[in-house]
Amino acid sequence: MNWFDSGWGLTMAVFLPGVGMLAVLAAPKADETLQKAIALVTTLATFGVTIALAATFNYDKKGLQLGTDKAWIDVINSRYHIGLDGISLPLLLLSAFITVLCVIYSWDHFPEPHNPKAFLALILLLEIGMNGTFVAQDLILFFVFFEIVLLPMFFMIGVWGGPNREYASIKFFLFTLFGSALMLLSFLALYFIGPNTFDIPKLAALHGAGIVHSTQNLIFAGMFLGFAIKVPMFPFHTWLPDAHTEAPTVGSVLLAAILLKLGTYGFIRIALPILPEAARDWAPWIGLLAVIGIIYGALGCLAQRDMKRLIAFSSVAHMGFVMLGIATLTTFGINAAIFGMVAHGLITGMLFFVAGSVQERFETRQLDRLGGLLTQAPKLGWILGFCAMASLGLPGLAGFWGEFPAILSAYNPASGIAGSEFVVFRTYMVIAAVGTVLAAGYLLWMLQRVAFGTVKPEWEHVHIHDVHVPEWIAWTPMLLLIVALGVYPNIIFRVTDGTVTRLFGG
Amino acid sequence: MNPHIDYHALAPEIVLSATIVVVLVADLLFPDRDRWQTSRIATIGVLGALIPVLTLAADGTDRSMFGGAYVVDNYALVFKGLFLVATYVTILLSSDYIAEGDYYQGEFWFLLLTSVLGMVAMASARDLISIFVALETISVPTFVLAGWRKHDTRSNEASIKYYLIGVLSSAVMLYGMSLIYGVTNSTLLTDISSKAGNLTGSMDNLFIVAVFLTLAGFAFKVSAVPFHFWAPDTYEGAPTPVTAFLSVASKAGGFVALLTIVYVGFYPSGHSWQPVLWGLAAASMTIGNLTALRQTNIIRMLAYSSIAQGGFILVPFAVAGDSGPAAKSALEAVVIYLLIYAAMNLGAFAVVIAVARRTRSAEIRTFAGLGQWSPALAVLLSFFLFSLAGIPPLAGWFAKFVMFRAVLDAHTSAAAVIGVIAAVNSVIALFYYAGVARQMWFREPAIEDRRPLRVPPALNAAIAVCAATVLVIGVYPQPFAKLGELARIARF
Repeated sequence: MNWFDSGWGLTMAVFLPGVGMLAVLAAPKADETLQKAIALVTTLATFGVTIALAATFNYDKKGLQLGTDKAWIDVINSRYHIGLDGISLPLLLLSAFITVLCVIYSWDHFPEPHNPKAFLALILLLEIGMNGTFVAQDLILFFVFFEIVLLPMFFMIGVWGGPNREYASIKFFLFTLFGSALMLLSFLALYFIGPNTFDIPKLAALHGAGIVHSTQNLIFAGMFLGFAIKVPMFPFHTWLPDAHTEAPTVGSVLLAAILLKLGTYGFIRIALPILPEAARDWAPWIGLLAVIGIIYGALGCLAQRDMKRLIAFSSVAHMGFVMLGIATLTTFGINAAIFGMVAHGLITGMLFFVAGSVQERFETRQLDRLGGLLTQAPKLGWILGFCAMASLGLPGLAGFWGEFPAILSAYNPASGIAGSEFVVFRTYMVIAAVGTVLAAGYLLWMLQRVAFGTVKPEWEHVHIHDVHVPEWIAWTPMLLLIVALGVYPNIIFRVTDGTVTRLFGG
Repeated sequence: MNPHIDYHALAPEIVLSATIVVVLVADLLFPDRDRWQTSRIATIGVLGALIPVLTLAADGTDRSMFGGAYVVDNYALVFKGLFLVATYVTILLSSDYIAEGDYYQGEFWFLLLTSVLGMVAMASARDLISIFVALETISVPTFVLAGWRKHDTRSNEASIKYYLIGVLSSAVMLYGMSLIYGVTNSTLLTDISSKAGNLTGSMDNLFIVAVFLTLAGFAFKVSAVPFHFWAPDTYEGAPTPVTAFLSVASKAGGFVALLTIVYVGFYPSGHSWQPVLWGLAAASMTIGNLTALRQTNIIRMLAYSSIAQGGFILVPFAVAGDSGPAAKSALEAVVIYLLIYAAMNLGAFAVVIAVARRTRSAEIRTFAGLGQWSPALAVLLSFFLFSLAGIPPLAGWFAKFVMFRAVLDAHTSAAAVIGVIAAVNSVIALFYYAGVARQMWFREPAIEDRRPLRVPPALNAAIAVCAATVLVIGVYPQPFAKLGELARIARF
């Protein structure tokens, strides 16, 4: 399969959803089953392509694989350069995987105003942007994919969202657009001040050579804003709880599982390797914001009355762990961060699925109106319990391998980080460890209020469905994966370690 | 001695002039019920004028006439092509609007084509006098076109306001040009350029004043802040297809004049024009956007948005004098921006015209629920508006991109500042563009009649041309980027 290895496979993984989107749009409006079937087949095919890519991927080879480098916009020296390495692969798989499950979950869960045609088309458009971002190896190409996700998510929140959807959708859009405008300026500055190329591997190989240190710091600042808003890091996180709370279930899942990763991925793929000197100057500050995020997110959780909002704040805290791992600039920390990204994608994605299903059954997410889920829908209750355990970092489940090594990596950050690095980062480590205790606190508290106790009087005579078939189909793979990654984390570490060592080791 | 005349080079202008005469005569001879035929003649004329543009482009040699006052090179041809295509789309937009209203059809096409003749001439003009004549040929017919709905007092107001301010700006510009002639002893831009760099003392000061007055005149034409006050009222009062024409083709005509005069004429004297254009760019972007935020009428919103877009187009000018590479990428940026802007703005107007056929209103709230009763139009209008906001994968992102590229190519602190202003403004702009999308998609319909809208074929074609451009160029910008690279002025 020569054609498959020489870039066509990867191109298919990015653009196949586009074909599906056009097919869904062309399908007759009345025939909803056909639209769903097209979307399912497309996302499955895309996932199949990514699996095939993972199977052909050579795990011992260094550098990019299975990609291509073709002319795109010659005049500005930007090329259609895509490729896979150990950092991209797990995230590409995650993205294609979660999208399939979202389509399955949507099968009979289309929120008001229904319209599955538009909803599925938006999911597929979103997938182009997500998959593309993870494989782009050209800054401008990356930028375009990074931005493509904005429109579908804006409409998903705005059309199918909750009561405050208009505010949440435009806030999401404006925040991320602001960040990416400055990010684009940084990319251009890098081009003109640096070696006149947008090619990410070439730029990374130069390590910022030829750019004055202070300029590097400024360029890094622009990128930092772009990526940190997307992650989101404290204090740029305020769009996240609103967006998550108002978004429809599938929107929340995609947002938490994939879109947030675009930010952290940007740090690992672009900001750190291209501007390593600036990264060392910025690392203590990134670490500081990360641990503030951990504590702030956790305290925020404890103050929530809405289940989805609580999970949203827990995302801020969890992404704080990821960013702490990144801020250490060590191979250990960055491996942990990538693991954390995948684990958070699975676990928080699951939590949002469950929250969506709870809302669908009780028509509320208010924690003080819920209770006794284990009595009324025991399976749903146990799944919630399982996800809460995974999220709080219970050893043996996936969450642990994202959090624990990230904290540990802060003990010994990369040499050359400015300032009295060890004291600073070890302080961060202690604070982050306190954060895990708080995480256990808010997650167990949520579990207790939703699942334990007695059924509230208003629900006593209402029949609550336990888990549906589409829910089982959508959730089982995620639950299994959470266990599998928890028991044998090497599935991911083995993939990422080679590339991370190549980019950040020494 | 008779001047040398190259008929091939002048062919687009000749075809247009002939069409203008034919339209006028046809209007006189045709019986009332056949008057609509005049729009066909206009269409054939415009497309016919494109043929010599293409043959000249294929030929590729630069042709210069009248002692260098009139030049046909790639730069001129790219813009001639843009003007003719934009006019073709405008004709598609207008034909039903004009035929359905109680209007004098023949004169409409006559005036429209005359204005286009001015634009096509403008692309070639390289002399203060030919630039001025071309600019007036563009403007004078549009004064009348703006007042086309003569029973509507708003339309009367639009016309009078536009006329008075247009005449005032011409006067200011002429005064500036006369001073330039006084300082440099020539009206030919290349002569002015060779003198402009070596001026000292009081002569230099006088030249700065002259340049300022000339640029102020152009600033009126392109409705740059603070010379923009006519635009919203004129845009609102004029018939909507005319507004589309004013905000795209006529505005582009002003920008082409500005490009020519700055690059061919004033370039060596950077300190005279750069600060002025820097200020105009920053003010237009900021004031245009902030005012657009408050609009409740979509035409007025698009008017302010076009003022802001004009500011974005001025940004590369503001940094063009900083270095040789900056001048080159600034020129490319302006050309590419104008091409993309034409497609997305005409598209937005086309959809507004289509929707107003049902709602008879341009209030933004009448767009509520458009996604439910006419999803295709709502999708397209969303495309055009988000393209104007610069969201990939729609073409507008590339326009913004080349603008930022020119800014960063300049490596100066003034450039960095305007870059940040532009970045912040492009975020502000999203808010009002998304506001319309919010009405269309997030709200319930405001009107009773929810049957799908039937759009006349001509209007459909206009929308299709613009939408195809916005989508294709958004994903694969290379063709327009190439045109931007080709449209070079000899020295840069």
